[in-house]
Amino acid sequence: MSKITRRKFLAGSAAGGAAMMMTPAKKAFAAGSFEGFPDGMGVLVDLTRCVGCRTCEAACNVEQKLPEPALPFDDTSVFDEMHHGQKRRTTDKAYTIVNRYEPKSADEPLYRKIQCNHCNEPACLTSCFVNAYKKTPEGAVIYNSKVCVGCRNCMIACPFHIPAYTYSSVLNPVIKKCIFCYDTRLKEGRPPACVESCPQQVMTFGKRKDLMVIAHERIKKNPGKYVDHVYGEKEVGGTGWFYLSNVPFEEAGFDVNLPKKPIIDNVKDFLAIVPMVLTIWPALFTGFHLLATKGKSHGHGDDNSHDKQEGH
Amino acid sequence: MKKLATYGVKPHDAALKADGKQWSLMEKLLLGLTLDQYIGQVLRNKLNWVLAIIFAIGIPVIIYRFIFSLGAVTHASYDYPWGLFLGFGLFCMVPLSASGFMLGTTVEIFGRHDFEPIERLALLNGLLGYFFAVVYLLVDLGQPWRLSYPMVYSFGPAAVLFLVGWHVATYLSVQVAEVSTAFFEWIGFKRGYDFIRKGTVGLTVAGIILSTLHQGALGALFLYAPGKVHPLWYSSAFQWIHFFTSSIPAGLSMVICVSTIVIYTMKWRCDQRFIDNLDRITISLAKGAAMGLSTYLIIKLIAVAHDNEWAYLATGWGTWWLLEIVGFVFAPLVLLSYAIRHKLVGLCRVGAFWVVAGIILNRLNTALITFNWQLYQEIPHKFEIIISVTIFAIYVTTYRFILNRLPILYKFKPQADE
Repeated sequence: MSKITRRKFLAGSAAGGAAMMMTPAKKAFAAGSFEGFPDGMGVLVDLTRCVGCRTCEAACNVEQKLPEPALPFDDTSVFDEMHHGQKRRTTDKAYTIVNRYEPKSADEPLYRKIQCNHCNEPACLTSCFVNAYKKTPEGAVIYNSKVCVGCRNCMIACPFHIPAYTYSSVLNPVIKKCIFCYDTRLKEGRPPACVESCPQQVMTFGKRKDLMVIAHERIKKNPGKYVDHVYGEKEVGGTGWFYLSNVPFEEAGFDVNLPKKPIIDNVKDFLAIVPMVLTIWPALFTGFHLLATKGKSHGHGDDNSHDKQEGH
Repeated sequence: MKKLATYGVKPHDAALKADGKQWSLMEKLLLGLTLDQYIGQVLRNKLNWVLAIIFAIGIPVIIYRFIFSLGAVTHASYDYPWGLFLGFGLFCMVPLSASGFMLGTTVEIFGRHDFEPIERLALLNGLLGYFFAVVYLLVDLGQPWRLSYPMVYSFGPAAVLFLVGWHVATYLSVQVAEVSTAFFEWIGFKRGYDFIRKGTVGLTVAGIILSTLHQGALGALFLYAPGKVHPLWYSSAFQWIHFFTSSIPAGLSMVICVSTIVIYTMKWRCDQRFIDNLDRITISLAKGAAMGLSTYLIIKLIAVAHDNEWAYLATGWGTWWLLEIVGFVFAPLVLLSYAIRHKLVGLCRVGAFWVVAGIILNRLNTALITFNWQLYQEIPHKFEIIISVTIFAIYVTTYRFILNRLPILYKFKPQADE
C-alpha cells in the first residue's frame, strides 16, 4: 500500500467536499431553501392582456410536433367544455391550454393560459424515484423518458395538475408536459414558441429575477389595475412562470391555498427520521431481545413450557 | 378433505411415511393423496369453482391490459394517476401484511414462545401480502420491465417512493428467508433450515426497521400532495406515524381473520397444537390490536387538533371522516375491548374483520376517495375492478396452495421422531 501523501489527502477531501456540495444542489434538496438558479429564465404572464385567441396553443402544437386536435385552434367552443365539472387541463396532446373564467369582480371574462410553471424546487422532480426530472440552470424543468418507470408519482405531486401520461401506449408510455421549449429554443436563449407567437404580448420572457422587478413595478405604476400579488413569486417555493391579474386569483381558477414553501419541505421531516430509525432500531431491538430472553431457553418449538401461559 | 379423512386418509405431514420410506416430490405436492383422490377433492371444493369463474373472466382482462395498454382498462385519468391497483393493491395489502414483523418480534425478539403456533402463519401472511402488492404494482406501472431501474440504473434518493421501493424489495427478501425455514423442512433440506435459524434475530430486527420505515413511507407519499388529499386525512407532521401505527392493528387483525377462515375451512391441515392454542392466541392478538387501535385513535385526534381542523368536521367530508373514525376505529375498539374482557373469541374475530374493513376504508379514503376532494370523485373503471379482484383471487389461491402443503399450520414431524 502506498502512503497517502498530503497532496492526495487534500485532493481527496476536496473531491469529497465538492461531492457533498454538489449532491444536494443537483437534487434541489439542500438544507435551507433553494431559490432557483440565479440566471434562470422565466415568463411573466399578464392575465389582463389575454383575449383568448389560442394562438399560443397552436404555436405549441407545431413546435412540439403534437397531434392535430379534434377542434381547430380558432374554435372558441372549447372554452365551454367541461370534464367531470372541470375546465380543460393539459394533456399528453396539449402542453398548454387557455381557459375562460367569469370572475365575480369584473364585468368581462378573463382568459388564463395554463402550462408547466417550471417551479424553482419542483415537486415532480423531488418525488421521482429514478431522477427522471431535471431543473436546468436555464430554468426549465425537463424530463428524461428513458429512465421513467411509469409510477406517475409526479402527477400525484404536481400542485398545478400539469404532467399528463400517454396511457394509450403499450410499450413506451411516458410523461408529457411543457418543457419550456428547452431542446429547440431555451437552450439557445430564445423564448418559447407560445411567448413568441402571442399577438397581445401577454407574456414577457427574461431572467426570472428581472421579470419579478418588472411585475412589481407594473403593479405600482398602475394603481387599482392589478391585485397586489404576483402569483408564483412565493407559491410552492417560487415558480419560473408567474402571473399578474386584475381579479383575485381564486376567481381565475388559481389554487390560492398552496403552501409558500416547496412541496418537498412537507416530506423533509419524514426523510429525517429515516437514518435515525436505521441506526437506532438495531441496537434498541437487539437490546430488547437480550433483556427479554435473559436466562430463558432460546429453544424454538421444543420449548412448550410457556404454552399454557395466558398472553398479556 | 374432510370426507377423505373419514376414509382414513392421512395428509403428508412428516419427513418419512408411516412405513419409514421417503416421500417423493409428486406425493408431497398431492398432499400424500393419490392423483384421483386429489382431483376428486379439488372438484368437490366449491371455492375452487368460484375461483375458476373469477379467473375465466379476469385473466383475459389482465392479458388485455398488457396488449392494449393501461388506458384500455382504466379511465386513463390525469387527475387520478393512482387508481384501484395502487389504492387497494399497494396501500391496503401492505398494512394488512404487517403481521410478519409483529409476530416475528413477539416470538423471536421478546422470546414469547407461547405465540409460536401462529408465528409461521403471520410470516406467510406478510410475505404473500407484500408479494401481491408488488404484483398489483407491476400491473399498474407504465413500464413494469423497468421495475429495477431505481435499484440499479437511475437513483432518486430524495424521493419517498425510492425508499418504499428499496425497502419493499429488501423486506421481501427478508420474508422469503423467514418463511424458507418451513420450505426447507418440507423439502427436507436440514442444513438450509439450520443456517436460516441461526440468523433469525438479525432477520427479525431487519424486518422491524424496514417495516417501520416503509409502512410510514406509504403515508409519507401523500405528503407530496398537500392540496389534494382532504386536510382531515392529511397531516404533514403525523402522516407517516398514522400509517405505521394503523398497520399494527391491521396486521394483527389480518392474522386473526386468516386463522379464523383456516380453522373453519381447513381444520384437517391444522395440528392439535394449533387448534388447542388458537383461542388463547386470538384473544392475545386482539389485545395487541386493541392497544394499537386506541393509540391510533388518539393520534388521529391529535392530528386534527395540531392543524386546527375542527371546522372541517361540520362539513360533508367531516361526516365521512367521523363515520370512519367512530364507525371503523372506535366501534371495533369497543367491541374488541368487550370481547377481550369477557374472553369471547367469536367477538374478537368479528372485531378483527371490522378492523380490517376500517383500515381498507382509511387507505381508500386517503388514496382515492378524498383525493382531489376539490375537483371531482372518480369511480374506477370496471376492468380495473375486475383485475383487482382477479389478482386478489390469485393471492387467495396461492395462500391456500402453500397452507395446504408447507408446515405452516402444523408442525413437521422431524425424521428423528420416526
